[in-house]
Amino acid sequence: MPIFVDRRLNPKDKSLGNRQRFLKRAREELKRSIRDRIRIGKIADVDSEHAVSMPARGTAEPSFSDAKDSGRRQHILPGNKHFAPGDRVPKPGQGGGGSSPGKTVSEDDFRFVLSREEVLDLFFEDLELPDMVKLNLKEILAFKPRRAGFAATGSPTNINVGRTMRHSHGRRIALRRPRREELDAIEKELAILEAEPQSAAAHQRITTLREELERLERRRKRIAYVDPVDIRFNRFDAQPVPNANAVMFCLMDVSGSMGEREKDLAKRFFVLLHLFLKRRYDRTEIVFIRHTHEAQEVDEETFFYNTQSGGTVVSTALEEMRRIIEQRYPSNEWNIYAAQASDGDNFVTDSERCIGLMDGQIMRLCQYFAYVEIIDERESHIFGSTDNGTSLWRAYSAVNQRWPNFQMSRIANAADIYPVFRQLFARQPAFQKNA
Amino acid sequence: MANQASKSSQTSKSGLLFSGSDWDFKTLSRAYEAIEAIAIEELHLDVYPVQMEIISSQQMLDAYSSVGMPLMYRHWSFGKHFLYQELLYRKGGRGLAYELVINSNPCIVYLMEENTMALQALVTAHAALGHNHFFKNNHLFRQWTDASAILSYLDFAKGYIARCEERHGVAAVEAILDAAHALMEQGVFRYHRPPKLSSERQREGVRERLEYEERSYNDLWRTLPRSKDGTKASGTDLGMAERKKTLNLPEENLLYFLEKNSLVLEPWQREIIRIVRVVAQYFYPQRQTQVMNEGCATFVHYTLMNMLFDRGLISEGAMLEILRNHSNVIFQPGFDDPRFSGINPYALGLDMMQDIQRISTEPTAEDRDWFPDIAGNGNWRETLLDAWANHRDESFIRQYLSPALMRKWRFFILADAASEPHYEVASIHNERGYEKIRAGLAHSYDIGSSRPDIQVVDVDLLGDRQLRLEHKVKNGIMLEEASRDATLRHIRRLWGYEVSLAAIDAQTGGTLNERSTSQIGE
Repeated sequence: MPIFVDRRLNPKDKSLGNRQRFLKRAREELKRSIRDRIRIGKIADVDSEHAVSMPARGTAEPSFSDAKDSGRRQHILPGNKHFAPGDRVPKPGQGGGGSSPGKTVSEDDFRFVLSREEVLDLFFEDLELPDMVKLNLKEILAFKPRRAGFAATGSPTNINVGRTMRHSHGRRIALRRPRREELDAIEKELAILEAEPQSAAAHQRITTLREELERLERRRKRIAYVDPVDIRFNRFDAQPVPNANAVMFCLMDVSGSMGEREKDLAKRFFVLLHLFLKRRYDRTEIVFIRHTHEAQEVDEETFFYNTQSGGTVVSTALEEMRRIIEQRYPSNEWNIYAAQASDGDNFVTDSERCIGLMDGQIMRLCQYFAYVEIIDERESHIFGSTDNGTSLWRAYSAVNQRWPNFQMSRIANAADIYPVFRQLFARQPAFQKNA
Repeated sequence: MANQASKSSQTSKSGLLFSGSDWDFKTLSRAYEAIEAIAIEELHLDVYPVQMEIISSQQMLDAYSSVGMPLMYRHWSFGKHFLYQELLYRKGGRGLAYELVINSNPCIVYLMEENTMALQALVTAHAALGHNHFFKNNHLFRQWTDASAILSYLDFAKGYIARCEERHGVAAVEAILDAAHALMEQGVFRYHRPPKLSSERQREGVRERLEYEERSYNDLWRTLPRSKDGTKASGTDLGMAERKKTLNLPEENLLYFLEKNSLVLEPWQREIIRIVRVVAQYFYPQRQTQVMNEGCATFVHYTLMNMLFDRGLISEGAMLEILRNHSNVIFQPGFDDPRFSGINPYALGLDMMQDIQRISTEPTAEDRDWFPDIAGNGNWRETLLDAWANHRDESFIRQYLSPALMRKWRFFILADAASEPHYEVASIHNERGYEKIRAGLAHSYDIGSSRPDIQVVDVDLLGDRQLRLEHKVKNGIMLEEASRDATLRHIRRLWGYEVSLAAIDAQTGGTLNERSTSQIGE
C-alpha cells in the first residue's frame, strides 16, 4: 500500500528565490552588453528593433570540457542507410544543421532575451529628463482627460450604468423593495378567490390579500428602482500633456584636430542622447551640424565618417543652428536640445562671439544645451576638475554661470561617457545651480 | 471497431481498474496494488516502499530546476535552469516529464495532476516499480548511494547553506558554490566507495571536521620552523615523494582535495564544498546508468501494461493512450533526421532488454554464437534481473548488445579527426563491424573515459604553494579554452594561490601545454 501525499496545495514557486537570484545576475550582464552595443551601429539604429540577447558571461557555469575542435574521436550513430566502411562524409559547415554528431543545444547556449523596451528601461534606469518639471509649468499646451475612478456628481453623459445599477440593486435588497413576482403572486391568488363563489373565509382572505397588495404597492412607490443616491459618474482627471516633439542638434567640430578617437567619443555621446530623447518624446529628430571655419547641415554618414579639414570657427555652427530653428523648428512646438562636442580649440574672438550668440538667443530657445569637451587622455588629470582650459571652455564657463539649462563636461575616454552623460542629465535638484 | 470496444468495456466493466480519464486517490491506490502485484509475481521485482506525491505542472518545473530533488539549497543556477525549462515548455519545445522519481527510501514518485488516469497507471508502473526496483537492486546504487539518508542530508545541507548566507552574506556563499559547482565533474570518487551518510553521524561529522580544520590550521604554522632542522626543504625528490604521500597524491577528486587541503578556506566554506561533493557523488551512479535505468523502467511499464491489458484490467481506450505515450518516449530518429539529438536512452535500453528476452526464449543461431550463456535459457526474467543488478551502461552494452539489434538500429561509426575536413565511416553493422560498434558504443557510455581526466599531482606547501594539476590528454582531445580558464579561476579562488594545469599526452607523456592562473588574470 503506497502512501499518497497531495502536494498541490504546497506553496508553489519554490524556485522563485533562485529565479530572482538569477535575474539579478543577468541584469548586470545585460547592462554591460548594451553599453557594448552602443559603440557599433548608427545612432537611430541603436533604438530601432533591437532585442538584446544576453551573452551568458556572468551566468555561464564553466567546467572542464573537451574542445570540439581538437583530437580524434568516434561517433556511434544510428540510422545508416547507405554508408560503407571507408566512405567520407563532409563535415557540416560552421553553424550548420543540427545533425552534426555530438552537437546538442546545451543550457549555456540559452540566451535570455529582453525586449527593446526592457533594454531601454534598464539603460535609463534612474535618469530623468532635466527639466520635465519646468516644461509642465511653463508650457502646458494641452490637457488630456484620463479615467480616474468614479464620482457622485457629474454630467449625465458620464453616468456609469454598471456601477449605478450595482448600487441600486444593493439598495433595493437592503430596503427590501417588494419584487414584481411577489405582487404577481398575490394578484393571481386574488383573481382565483374572486372567481370562486364567496364564502366567509374566502372573503376574509381576500381582504387581507387586498391590504397586503396595497401595502406592497405603496412600498414599491416609496422605494425607487433607481434613486439619485445610486448614480455614479465616471470621473476624469485632466492631465497635462507635455509637448511631444523633440529635436536634437548635434554640433561637432570636424577640424583637423578632431581625430577618429574624438569623433568616436562624440558619437557615443550623441547615441546616448538620442536614445534618451526618443524614450521621452513621441517624435524626435536629429540635426547634424558640423563645422570647420564654416558650418553646414549634413547627414549622419558624413557627420561621422567624412574627413574634412580646415580652421575652426565655432560660432558658425551656432548660427547655423539658430537658422535651422527659425526655419523648421519653432520653439513653441519643439523641445530643442543641443549637444556640442569639440576639442575646445577656438579663436578667442570667436569664443566671445559664441557667448554672445548663446546669451542672446540660443539658450532661450533650448530646453537644454550640453557641451562636451573631448580632451586628450594625458590631459584628463590636469583638466579633470579645474576651470582652466581651452578658449571655448572658458567662454562657456561664463555661459554656464548664467544659464541653468546649460551643462558642460569633459570626456577623455570611452569609460567617461556614461558617467558624464549621467552627470549632465541626471535628475537635478530643480536647477538650483545659481539660484 | 467502436462496437467491439463498447462491447468489451461492457463485458469486463467490473474487472477494469479504472474507466474514464479522471483519477482519484482511491483509483490510484487500486491501480498501484494491481500493478505491484503483477510486478512482484510476474517480473519478480523487489522494491522500496513507495510514497506517491501529486503535484502541479508548476511544481514539476520547480522540481526539475532543483536537480529533481524535493529539497535543495538555494543557488541562482537553479533559477536559470528553471527559466530555461520553462522557456522550452512554453514554446512547446518540450513537454514536461510525466513523472519524477527520487532514489530514496521510501521511494518518492511525483505524479502530475494534469495526467489522465491511464497515464498515472503508466507512471506508476514506470517509476514506482521500474525505477524503484533499479534503485534498490543495482549494485552501483547499493554501493554508492544511501537511499535512506539522502533526504535528511539535503535537509541539513539546505539549512546549513541558508545559515551561512545569513552569517556571511549571499555573495560570499555564492562565490564558493559557483566555484564548487564548476568542479562537480571532478568532485566524485570513481573507484572507492564514499563513507555512508547518516543524519546523526553527519552532524557529529560536522563538529569533528571543524575541530580538524582548526588543528590543520595550526599545522600550517608549525611547519615554519621545520625548514631549519634540515636543509632538505621542498626541493628534493625525497621531500616531494613524502609530500605526495602525505597528501595522498595524485588525487582525482579535486573537490575533496580542496576541501581537505586548501589553506585559505574557512570551516564553513569547506562544509559547503563538501555538500556539493556529496550531491555530485549521489548523482554519479545515475549518470552511469541512464540507459539501464530508463530501459528498466520502460521495459517494466511496457510489460506490465500489456499484462494488465491481457487480464482485462484496463480498457482498450486506456491502452491506446498508454501506447501512444510509450511510443513517443521511445522515439529514436536517425542521425540525419533534424530531430536527432543523440541516442535516446529509453529506446536503446528498452530495445536491449526486449532483445535479451528474445534471445533467452527464441534464439537464432547467431545469438547462440554470441550469447552462449543466455541464448535459449528460457528464463528471461532472471537474466534481466541479473543484468539490472550487476551492470552499468558501459558493461551492459559491452555484454548484451546483439548483432541483431545493431542491424535493427543500423549503427555505424564515424571517425572524426579535427584536422580532417570530413568524417570517415569506420565501421558499419556487418560481421567485421559488430565488435567495433559494440565496444565503441560501450566506451562512449563510460564516464571515466569520456570525461576529461584531471588530477592534482603536486603542491608545494612550503614553497610558493602552487597547486599543480595534470590533464591526461587522450587522442589529442584538449580542453575547451575559455571554460578551462574560467574553471581554473574558480579553483584558484578555492585554493587561494596559483594553480597550474598541464596537458600531458597520455601516450607519450610529453607536456602539450601548460596554463597557469598567473596567465589568466581575474
